[in-house]
This record gives sequence, C-alpha cells and structure tokens, in this order.
Amino acid sequence: MRITITGLLLLSVTPFLLGCGNYTRNGSESRKSTVTIAGSTSVMPFSEKLAEHFKIEDPGITVDVQGGGSSAGIQACLNRTVDIGMSSRELKGDEKRLDELIICHDGIAIVVHPQNPIKDITLEQIRAIYGGRLRNWKQLGWIDRNIDAVTREEGSGTRGAFEELVMAGTDIHDSTMVQDSNGSVKEVVATDPYAIGFISLGVVDAKVKALQVEGVAPNVENIKTQRYRMVRPFLYLTMGEPEGAARLFITYVLSKDGQMILKKEGLVPINE
Amino acid sequence: MNRRLANKENAIRLVLLLFALSSLLFLFIIFIFILSEGVPLFAKVGVKNITMGTRWAPTKGFFGIFPMIVSSFMVTLGALVLGAPLALGCSTYLSEYAGKKTKMVLKPSLELLAGIPSVVYGFLGVVYIVPLIREYLGGSGFSILATSLVLGIMILPTITSISFDALMSVPAAFREGSLAMGATKWQTVYKVVLPAARSGILASFILGMGRAIGETMAVIMVAGNALKIPTSLLDPLRTLTSNIALELAYATGDHRRALFSTGVVLLVIIMSLNLVANFWVKRRVDK
Repeated sequence: MRITITGLLLLSVTPFLLGCGNYTRNGSESRKSTVTIAGSTSVMPFSEKLAEHFKIEDPGITVDVQGGGSSAGIQACLNRTVDIGMSSRELKGDEKRLDELIICHDGIAIVVHPQNPIKDITLEQIRAIYGGRLRNWKQLGWIDRNIDAVTREEGSGTRGAFEELVMAGTDIHDSTMVQDSNGSVKEVVATDPYAIGFISLGVVDAKVKALQVEGVAPNVENIKTQRYRMVRPFLYLTMGEPEGAARLFITYVLSKDGQMILKKEGLVPINE
Repeated sequence: MNRRLANKENAIRLVLLLFALSSLLFLFIIFIFILSEGVPLFAKVGVKNITMGTRWAPTKGFFGIFPMIVSSFMVTLGALVLGAPLALGCSTYLSEYAGKKTKMVLKPSLELLAGIPSVVYGFLGVVYIVPLIREYLGGSGFSILATSLVLGIMILPTITSISFDALMSVPAAFREGSLAMGATKWQTVYKVVLPAARSGILASFILGMGRAIGETMAVIMVAGNALKIPTSLLDPLRTLTSNIALELAYATGDHRRALFSTGVVLLVIIMSLNLVANFWVKRRVDK
C-alpha cells in the first residue's frame, strides 16, 4: 500500500501537459535563434504563415509554432515554457500577469451550406437556434426541416467568444452537435445542407456561405467600421518584455509587411 | 565451460523475464497515472455528481457524464446487434463449412479488416453512411445509427476470430458422434457445436463490446458529439472516449481532471468487460 502511494505521488508531479523540451533558457543570451510559440488553434495557422515569411526576412531565426489551445498557450507562457503564447480569448484573473498584445482582430462568421437560400440572420435568431428554441428552417422562411446546429467544444476560444458575443449568458443547448476545430465545423456545414455553424472569418471559403448578421456582411471593411460586431482580438502573450529573437518576430508581425499578410488571410489588421 | 553456458542461459532468462514484466509495468503506470489525475475530482465533486449527473459544462462547474455513459452503451449495443450475427455466421462458416481454399481467402481478409486504421472507417462513415442516413432517414446523419454501423463493421474481425477459435476447439468427436447418430450437418452445428462453444462465443461478444466502447477516432467523426442523451436512432450522441479526445486540447484545471475522471469510468467499464470475458473463457477450460 505504501509503495502505491509513493508511486502515486511521484507520478502526479510528472508534468505531462506540453511534452517535449522547449525549455526557455532564462537570462542573458541576447539573440536566440529559435522562438517557440504555442496556444490557440485559431491563431496558429496565421502564426505559421507569419513565421514562414519571417524566415525569409531573417533566415537566422527559426520560429516554432505549436497548437494546444488558448488555455494551454497561456499556461505555457506563464511557466516560461514558450516565448510567446497565442490566445483568442481575453485573459482572466491571474493570467493578467502576462503582457498582452493585440496582433489583429478576427470576425466570427455564421456559416451555412451554399445551397441554403437564407442570406441574413439576426442575433436573436442565432441565440434561439443555439439555445434550442428555434429548431426548424421553416421558422426562418425555408423548408420544413430540422436545423442541424454545430458548435465548438467546451474550452475552445472561438466558442468562448461566441458565447460572450452572441449567447449573452444563456447556455448552448445540449442537442447541438459538437466539432473540435474550425476545420471540422466547416466540413460538417459544407456537407450537410441543413447545418449552421460558426467559424473564424479567416477560414471561411467557397465551401460554405457566411450569413449577414443584422444585415451586415462579415468582412474586413465592416469590422473596421465596427458595424459587424462579432469580433474578437487575436493576442500574443509574453512574460515580461519580449527579448532577442522573440522581440524581432513580434516587431515583424506588427510591421506593415506582417499586417499585410494577416489582411490577406482575411483578418483585420490593427492601426487602420 | 558448462558453468558459463548455464550462466548465460540464466542471464537470458532474466532479461526475457524483465521484458515480460514490462507490459505489467506499463499497465501499472497507466493505471496509476489515470487514477492520480482523475480521482481527485471524484473526491471534490462526488462520485454521484459525476457518474449520475446529466449536465456537462466543465468550465462552469458541471461534470455530469451520465449521458455519455448511456451513449457509450447504446452504440456498443447497436454495434453488437449489427455486427455479432454477421461475425458469428462468418466464424461458423469458416470453422464448419469452408474448404481449405475459402479459408485461405477469408481468414487473411478478416485480418486485413482488423488492420485498417480507425480513422479510415470514420472517413468512410462521414463520406458515405452519414449522407445516406441524412438523405433517406432524416436528421443530420450524425447519429447512433451511423456510429453503430461503423462500429459494427469494426468489431467484425474481433468477434469472428475469437469465436472461430472457440468453435475450432470443440473436439471433433462431438461432431462425429452427432453425425453418426444420423443428425444432419446443420443439426450438428446448431445443436452440438454451437452450444459446446457457447462460452467462448459469449466471450468473443464481450471482447467485441470492449473494442466498440473504446473506439474513439471513428466515433468522433460520425457521432455528432452532442451532449444530450439520444432519444431516437437518428440523434447525435457523445461517447466517453470522444469526450476525452474532443476536449483535451483546450482543457485546464478541473476541466482537465474531469476528462481524466471520464477516463477512470471508461477504465472501470473496460476492465469489468475483460474480467467477465476471462471468467467465461476460464469456465470453459475448467469444464
């Protein structure tokens, strides 16, 4: 029995969260050749794009981008396991110790199958659909068929932002289908003519149709003028002022070139 | 010289013993790890609130996984209903009727079926089964029915090969005796061979259940993963395994512990199934 308990204690302290040794060397190296970034899977593809272009600008520095989710990225940044954390949600409580930097804004688009004739939806209707109160397309003026609503899994940054911006404190209904990435939500909506889902505006393409919300189309223009309201910031987080290579990368991201790349990907650059 | 040889033999024996024990060690480590991560939440929230709770909102403090337990058993049962008769028919044919050549084709193709990665089954499910159900039966297509169909196919090799072994281990004398008494082939199979292999066949069903309940990837792809307890065959559902895989990426704190608690429940279920299966097989040997 005693052995079991000792073993239990030993194992419980084994850190399994982020695996394989990206331990930041604290201190004096002025210029590290590798920058590690981890966190939100919504921000990840864009960070990868930025890293690729940065590599051309400054071949001496490798930027290593990993996923894991906003919460994991924040944790890793707090532990100094990574140089930069990515988050698609606001920081809470103790997490506010981190320095946050908005690199761009991202719209959340409500998407349906391209064959769906509906073009416009109201916030109240979206809330009713995800609250389980509005279940048939007939109530929205289409055919008599159940709405197959798709949401993201609990803990996802996109879901967190959606709950805050749309659901306003009410719960997403139990019967809503759940998928675990922007990609798989898009896949379900692209194949099921009766589905509705929400995804990052940056990943919307021709396979799905983004609806106007309250008469406003989700695009960069409308987000900049603040007419489209379902918007969240993409954050880079650092523990204290970034140094060395991390600083160079962040400077690049905020530069005109970096912001142009984000704009091309369908995101909304800052300072415009 | 002889002594050196003996020493060498002993050393080899010891090394092999260590390798043999390593599987036990891994089992033990996994066990301890899952328990140490999952049990604290049981202590904090209460076993009943987790296993009997119907609301899962781990970031808001609700950790009920009862709907997932029910859903897991539902699809497992569905898979068994669809897969078991097929598998039993297949193994009966293989052991009692098939000639050498048929066996040479059928056995390896079953093994091939077992070797196909589960993500491929899931992919086929999403691309073919789900749209077919949506088109002809209604609903979104992501449903118990789709999941049971995919799992039913996936457990075919498990059930077939184990029940085949059970049928083959029925002594030839049983068959000869029955035929000598004037029974037909089918009468012999139905009244003598199958009953004699009954416990092994039941064990194969239970191991098939274990396979179905533990399957993750294919299930996530076709089940729809909604949290509600399904009320119709066309409703989406979420199983214990998919709950863990879906949410682990973003989970921290109690949410993460809750997923390990889900793992504990799954571990208990699968262990019980294996114990029952072993018990049945053992009883057969004892008889």
